[in-house]
Amino acid sequence: MADGPVAEVLLQRLEAADGGLDSAELAAELGVEHQTVVGAVKSLQALGEIIEAELRSTKRWELTAEGEEIAREGSHEARVFRSVPPEGLPQSELMRLPSGKVGFSKAMSNKWIRVDKSAADGPRVFRVVDSVEDEVQRRLQLVQGGRAEKLGEKERSELRKRKLLTEVTLKTYWVSKGSAFSTSISKQETELSPEMISSGSWRDRPFKPYNFSAHGVLPDSGHLHPLLKVRTQFRQIFLEMGFTEMPTDNYIESSFWNFDALFQPQQHPARDQHDTFFLRDPAQAQQLPMDYVHRVKRTHSQGGYGSQGYKYNWKLDEARKNLLRTHTTSASARALYRLAQKKPFTAAKYFSIDRVFRNETLDATHLAEFHQIEGVVADHGLTLGHLMGVLREFFTKLGITQLRFKPTYNPYTEPSMEVFSYHQGLKKWVEVGNSGIFRPEMLLPMGLPENVSVIAWGLSLERPTMIKYGINNIRELVGHKVNLQMVYDSPLCRLDAEQGPPSTQEAA
Amino acid sequence: MPPPLFHIERDKLTKNLMNYVLNLAWNLMKLIKAPMYKRVMPNGEIQKLIITEETAKIRPYAVAAVLRNIKFTKDRYDSFIELQEKLHQNICRKRALVAIGTHDLDALSGPFTYTAKKPSDIKFKPLNKTKEYTACELMNIYKTDNHLKHYLHIIENKPLYPVIYDSNGVVLSMPPVINGNHSKITVNTRNIFIECTGTDFTKAKIVLDIIVTTFSEYCENQFTVEAAEVVFPNGKLHTFPELAYRKEMVRADLINKKVGIRETPENLAKLLTRMCLKSEVIGDGNQIEIEIPPTRADIIHACDIIEDAAIAYGYNNIQMTLPKTYTIANQFPLNKLTELLRHDMAAAGFTEALTFALCSQEDIADKLGLHISATKAVLISNPKTAEFQVARTTLLPGLLKTIAANRKMPLPLKLFEISDIVIQDSSRDVGARNYRHLCAVYYNKNPGFEIIHGLLDRIMQLLDVPPGEKKGGYVIRASEGPAFFPGRCAEIFARGQSIGKLGVLHPDVITKFELTMPCSCVEINIEPFL
Repeated sequence: MADGPVAEVLLQRLEAADGGLDSAELAAELGVEHQTVVGAVKSLQALGEIIEAELRSTKRWELTAEGEEIAREGSHEARVFRSVPPEGLPQSELMRLPSGKVGFSKAMSNKWIRVDKSAADGPRVFRVVDSVEDEVQRRLQLVQGGRAEKLGEKERSELRKRKLLTEVTLKTYWVSKGSAFSTSISKQETELSPEMISSGSWRDRPFKPYNFSAHGVLPDSGHLHPLLKVRTQFRQIFLEMGFTEMPTDNYIESSFWNFDALFQPQQHPARDQHDTFFLRDPAQAQQLPMDYVHRVKRTHSQGGYGSQGYKYNWKLDEARKNLLRTHTTSASARALYRLAQKKPFTAAKYFSIDRVFRNETLDATHLAEFHQIEGVVADHGLTLGHLMGVLREFFTKLGITQLRFKPTYNPYTEPSMEVFSYHQGLKKWVEVGNSGIFRPEMLLPMGLPENVSVIAWGLSLERPTMIKYGINNIRELVGHKVNLQMVYDSPLCRLDAEQGPPSTQEAA
Repeated sequence: MPPPLFHIERDKLTKNLMNYVLNLAWNLMKLIKAPMYKRVMPNGEIQKLIITEETAKIRPYAVAAVLRNIKFTKDRYDSFIELQEKLHQNICRKRALVAIGTHDLDALSGPFTYTAKKPSDIKFKPLNKTKEYTACELMNIYKTDNHLKHYLHIIENKPLYPVIYDSNGVVLSMPPVINGNHSKITVNTRNIFIECTGTDFTKAKIVLDIIVTTFSEYCENQFTVEAAEVVFPNGKLHTFPELAYRKEMVRADLINKKVGIRETPENLAKLLTRMCLKSEVIGDGNQIEIEIPPTRADIIHACDIIEDAAIAYGYNNIQMTLPKTYTIANQFPLNKLTELLRHDMAAAGFTEALTFALCSQEDIADKLGLHISATKAVLISNPKTAEFQVARTTLLPGLLKTIAANRKMPLPLKLFEISDIVIQDSSRDVGARNYRHLCAVYYNKNPGFEIIHGLLDRIMQLLDVPPGEKKGGYVIRASEGPAFFPGRCAEIFARGQSIGKLGVLHPDVITKFELTMPCSCVEINIEPFL
């Protein structure tokens, strides 16, 4: 049975009632709190179409505490009048009465009493009339009797101003029979149970309707990190394009592989303490491929392979300095050097995605470490057109189809191209990558054949990820200050699907 | 390849300079056809700069030239100052390699002497000051000068400071810090004496060439630069600026082949000429002879010429083609294993963290109850803050810091990371190597050792390593470690070697990482399972 006896009584009364009944009236009749009836109405409503309940608000005039006192004892002025005997009363004595102060002035203005200031023992109050009609008391008694409508608007508002009357709003339900009205209701089942299935009782039982606008319960699960989900997709793209992954599991690199092998001169600003993390221990790389080192030294200091060189005093000690690699191009240089040692030359396509380190000033988009994505193709007779063709295929897989190329200056590629793509969200061209053909001064000392060209491009993993997931502060994405809720909530990474909302930082 | 926008500041400096200089040159070219820069001898006596041998130990090289009858305007003057500043910041490596001094020649009288003296013996009125100071006083004064303080270190601790005098003993400059006020140039200066001193002779010559070629346009005899002689300590005489024009020969088919276009040699020569590289077809009709002007110090190889041809052709006009390079792709085995494990760790209910490879010594040593020497960590020599003192030797601190930053999240917190740590290893060429570690932590109101232990069992199941002492199996044996609660730590042995530890963290460790709940963890090296 539905909730308690009140609901039951309500249904019984409703069956007998003509049309419907009012919740407040029912409460008064049953002698229970109105709220109890309201509770019964709500629980019956939840069962479906048994009853219909319409919320009504009614306004009613009620007496205040003072109003009730007056209805019982008479108005202050009437009480003052009554306490004045025919022979009069000293004013001071009258003022000491409970109704004295309020009643005196009101009785005076009604001209029921007068004050004789010339009396021997001070001012004395006398009746003016023999009897009075207590209009205020009469009106309040009318309201108390539930006949407030008999009073005019003006009279009511005057009484309200005297704080004797107050208007209250009462919310009640007008309850009527519903389409499935029944006095004998059984409670609805919430869920199907194994017993119901085996007994077949589910056939006769009503089931509580589901609230489909509520949220489901998320499964208990682990989650992959959003940046690394993007990394997985980039790996996938390279593998689809036939690129072999280079080993990059060496954060510590010598200046030789990080800079000198790339034909980056020893005075280049990138080799400054302000830009690169150098190591105190182990400070120096002990083993370098000395034959190759000598070719690199000669190319820097004197030129060769068709180059003028940089014409400076190249120092081995500078090349030995250990550092945290500033780019994964150092790993590409090692891979190309290994490739050059294989005879005869076989074409190669390489990629890597791994951490690199910069001793930079940190801000919302810059950390001391980030992930670099790099692609490299080495083959006979590669052209700038080939580089652009490979880039077009690569970026198409990322869902980027509109590309433009712009000249730029890179220390170890020539020609060099910055890659721009049109961003639909930002309505402008944004830089998406950097690319070029490795300089002969880098490749020939390694021992690669002269007609082999190596095209290469790079981008960061963080930037496309921040755009994809709409993240403005890189610390929310990378490092221990990550917002785990963001990790829990992040969607699948589908790079070729529609672009996420552009981040505001990007727009800036 | 430097990735774009993100983290490219380091290359921006060089890039900006190159673009700035190239733009200046290209703007010139648009106005008039490729100017021929000429070094001319003066009508009177040639300006001389004599280098004494005292400079050898501190700043041995100097070059000089004169811009005669120049006409500045406010804009030209500002641009002249700006160019010097840009050169100082970039190619001059913040004045360490080269420092430029420009002087009003009419206020001076040659020959000039470039020498080095004790700081206390150098006294002059520096630029924009009203009285004379000794070099020692100046070094103190400029310590608080936001611009000049960055250059003091270049000479500060040297016994002798470089200085240039004229024949009357007037100080032209005390490179690389400050010029004298006496020969200060203004917008009205007509004759400029330029000296560049430095430790890199090639760069000094290039810097001088860039300045004189850029501003010779405003001389009465446009594009001419008056020569100056420099006498080296060995008595050898050099005349500057070099303004060397040289010829390069590039085959037209090489340009076509490298760019991926098919242009006639004549067209290629035209394209290059448009880029201020005067070119003509010679010989068999396939050879292009290119004249490299002194403004283009960046051209040191045929590939630089090919780039200019490609730029003139227009990158976006080049036909995109796919190379026919046929290759079979391979994953790097360690990364392949990592990828597989990551997915199954998440399937086991753990969430992946991505923490920094660099951290403080405190994180990997003190907070875990170890001395730094016991960690075999590589040490960084120039960290800007303590966050970058070492490369991590364990993944645990990063995960604990991740929990500390996410304490408002509902418990339990289950995190993992599979990434590299770095350990010193003298057998490697650089003296250090990475190890791929897997670390997982469980953080809750109870330590949950059984959960971490169960995770280890699951990992071993995934790696197809059976439990047990027998060959190829894994076992855990009671152990201890400063990071663990006594009696709640075990060492993990698999395939006959120790691969890591698991256990309940010591309350001291928990507190030091600003955590409040019990926590258990496992960390293993996954490389034995390759």
